Amino acid sequence: MSKVLLELIDVQKTYGTGENEVHALRGASLQVKAGELVAIMGASGSGKSTLLTIAGGLEVPTTGDVRVLDSSLPTLKPTQLATLRRQTIGYVFQDFNLIPSLTVIENVALPLELDGMKVRKARKAALDALVSMEIGELANRFPDEISGGQRQRVAIARSFVGPRQVLLADEPTGALDSKTSEAVIRALRKRIDAGIAGVLVTHDAKLAAWADRILVIRDGQIVEEISNNITPEQFGA
Amino acid sequence: MSVRASILAVLTMGECHGYQLRQEIESRTGGSWQINIGQIYSTLERLERDGLVESAGSNEQGQTRYRATATGSVEAQLWLTSAIEASPEARNELAMKLALAVTIPGCDVEKLVHAQRVQTMRTLQVLTATKRDVDQNDPAELPWLLVADLNIFNCEAELRWLEHIEGTLARSAARGLNPNQTLSQPAKRGRPTKTN
Ligand SMILES: Nc1ncnc2c1ncn2[C@@H]1O[C@H](COP(=O)(O)OP(=O)(O)OP(=O)(O)O)[C@@H](O)[C@H]1O
Ligand SMILES: [Mg+2]
Repeated sequence: MSKVLLELIDVQKTYGTGENEVHALRGASLQVKAGELVAIMGASGSGKSTLLTIAGGLEVPTTGDVRVLDSSLPTLKPTQLATLRRQTIGYVFQDFNLIPSLTVIENVALPLELDGMKVRKARKAALDALVSMEIGELANRFPDEISGGQRQRVAIARSFVGPRQVLLADEPTGALDSKTSEAVIRALRKRIDAGIAGVLVTHDAKLAAWADRILVIRDGQIVEEISNNITPEQFGA
Repeated sequence: MSVRASILAVLTMGECHGYQLRQEIESRTGGSWQINIGQIYSTLERLERDGLVESAGSNEQGQTRYRATATGSVEAQLWLTSAIEASPEARNELAMKLALAVTIPGCDVEKLVHAQRVQTMRTLQVLTATKRDVDQNDPAELPWLLVADLNIFNCEAELRWLEHIEGTLARSAARGLNPNQTLSQPAKRGRPTKTN
């Protein structure tokens, strides 16, 4: 049995108060094991990004617990949380979140360098990640000198550089054509298979089909699970 | 699907007997199209009659081998290079079923749409899992990959359509719109038609 690397336990998230109260999550629970990829699908506004930001320690749940490896995120001190986020969690933001004043390769290498890795070694790892996203040649450009889809791939490369164990990706292929999307999901799947736990938010069923399980979220609740347990007979179909 | 054109297309590459044609077409379509052998032979007969294929003698087992004539080759090329027309029988059984279901009392259309979504998603998962295991750099896998991708995109389109109509159905229900669910009355029998 693989180890559970990420766990959400009955997480609720309420934004605002009184009239402006929004129940973005109403008791969501989830476990992701090493080597497992879980896809989250659901309509716009259903709570997918909220779930992911809470799993990544970017937001605190209103109630409920989030465990990454063996830590309960809501109980960590800010510095411990920052370290965990940098070392353990790779996060692909829906809007990329690249640092405009750094080159592509510097953006990707930054989390490694912040952790004290030698610059040369960090850049080498960053370049490998960029090459796996088929954008090695863009290493020395700045984010505003590349296309939207290329920026998206830089963000993905950054999320899986280094010894990350949990990968959280919010619409990682929203800006990509289907051929590039497939290359990206293949690369992502390979990282997951190597023992990472992954959560992928997507509207694209073709991508979700690469996951081991698909969770459907509606109005802040996980309402359905479609697992990918394929029997040998189905291959003949 | 055009059995005739597919047979011709294979025969432009060389001589084949009927059974071999069946196997060629099956393997060249990634195993997704199995034509019954009787249909192959009857099609070959018609192609021969129309001057598009000709016999090239028999093998030891007495099976007739065929090859494409010059005219046959031209026709095959034409077929291979032209887009297909959207055929009316584009077998949207599902659409027909749903269209009927909304007009029949007691049909839980939402449930049907949901069941179909899960079913199609599962198909997509199976196709994707198979594709994941295929060596993309192996040229022998190319035909299969092409067919698999078509199926994958079809599944995706179907899922998007189902998601879309789920919204349409919900909106329509929210506004209290219901399609007519009763059978139309058979035309009232009027006065007996005058004879003479
Ligand atoms: N910071 C916030 N303050 C108030 N409401 C918020 C905040 N963030 C999200 N929400 C609300 O919470 C709900 C869930 O938002 P969320 O971003 O999780 O949706 P989503 O499923 O990711 O949608 P999309 O597919 O459009 O990205 C929405 O109604 C949204 O308006
Ligand atoms: Mg979102």
